[in-house]
Amino acid sequence: MLAQYIMLVFVGLLIAPVAGGLIAGLDRRVTARVQSRFGPPLLQPFYDVAKLLGKESMIVNSWQVFCAYMYLLGAVLSVVLLFLQSDLLLLFFVQAIGALFLVFGAMSAPSPYSQVGAQRELMQILAYEPLLILVFVGIYLATGSFQISEILTHEQPLLFKLPLLFIVLGYALTIKLRKSPFDFSTSHHAHQELVKGVTTEFSGPYLAIIEVAHWYETVLVLGLVALFWSTSLWGMLALLLGTYFLEILIDNTMARLTWRWMLSYVWIVGLVLSVLNLSWLYAS
Amino acid sequence: MSIIKDFINKSRIKSPWIVHFDCGSCNGCDIETLAVLTPLYDVERFGIINVGNPKHADVLLVTGTVNYRNQHVLKTIYEQMPHPKAVVAIGACGLSGGVFRDCYNVVGGVDRVIPVDVYVPGCPPKPEAIIDGVVLGLEKFAAKARGEDVSRFETRRPFDKKQADQGAVNVQTTATQEG
Repeated sequence: MLAQYIMLVFVGLLIAPVAGGLIAGLDRRVTARVQSRFGPPLLQPFYDVAKLLGKESMIVNSWQVFCAYMYLLGAVLSVVLLFLQSDLLLLFFVQAIGALFLVFGAMSAPSPYSQVGAQRELMQILAYEPLLILVFVGIYLATGSFQISEILTHEQPLLFKLPLLFIVLGYALTIKLRKSPFDFSTSHHAHQELVKGVTTEFSGPYLAIIEVAHWYETVLVLGLVALFWSTSLWGMLALLLGTYFLEILIDNTMARLTWRWMLSYVWIVGLVLSVLNLSWLYAS
Repeated sequence: MSIIKDFINKSRIKSPWIVHFDCGSCNGCDIETLAVLTPLYDVERFGIINVGNPKHADVLLVTGTVNYRNQHVLKTIYEQMPHPKAVVAIGACGLSGGVFRDCYNVVGGVDRVIPVDVYVPGCPPKPEAIIDGVVLGLEKFAAKARGEDVSRFETRRPFDKKQADQGAVNVQTTATQEG
């Protein structure tokens, strides 16, 4: 039992970032193919992070360094909790604290880009957190537990009971991955008017830490997606691949809109879909 | 540990993030520089990303003539980049001031203000030449990071801080005379 737990923690700690980095590399390659380019090598995200780790550390203040490490810690802990099949609510609160520390780090520097990025990141957190909680409530209503180990024993894929909540989770996933049309706080392509938003003032090794934490977050959200078809491995894989490919397509076909649009649109669509699905679950 | 160090050194060449600063060029060099980032040349194949933030950048591409007003901006951008870094001066104006070198407001080439690693000549240079320049700059800073002798890459004209400072004083006296 203990050996099993240690193995699960090991998988969460070491395999998750490798998987997250490979997903990021695959993402960049597929994006390049969509734009009829060749694209970087699959291992490009690892080269980027290694290079950043080898750079000189230039910090604005020590609070910023602390925040970068706390962001990583929050992301790692939530992934480890996911692999330990722990409580969904606990996992939710831990990842929320991690996400907030990124905002604190950006706020600690007086740079206007960093400040604007931090405010926008807060808006994004405000948009996806209620949706994520509603998805967890839906899972609770369908399976009778917040405990992942008990949700996994459910004999029928959750997707059949919670199809609308899966779409809601898709919105949360897009915001969390900072993909178009929700790439307000920062994006991989660093559009000039934002520079790099929330990560503007992080440089060198600390930017590398944030990048690695982002890989962990990707694995976390994809793990939540996988919960919706936990009964068979192939179903899970198909669901993950399908969702992520759709995510890349949306990223490449959508333009960034305003954060006001995001708040009203995501809340209205998310709440309507959630309420419909939850009332249907309650009635059946 | 040496495996990790080797991987980091290898990664430096494989992941150059560039920041582009225009010191007042005619836009010719800038268009060629940005053409490098389009799908036609697709420099993301080599891991090159245009970041627009000096704190994230490894290579500084400078185009245009440096003048007394923007030399401070250029210096600030250079100082905000964490080590190791490389500077690539692009075009006749970036190399020497070009046809504007005798103008009263022009300091001259980029190397009067910050140390330049690679010079890419041309008016404007071809995108292929700019990619070559970035690659050469990367080889240079990877060699520096390994602690090798970089004299084989020696720059054409040594960085002269004193001259640049004198230039700054000159513009002040000119301004007072005009006032």
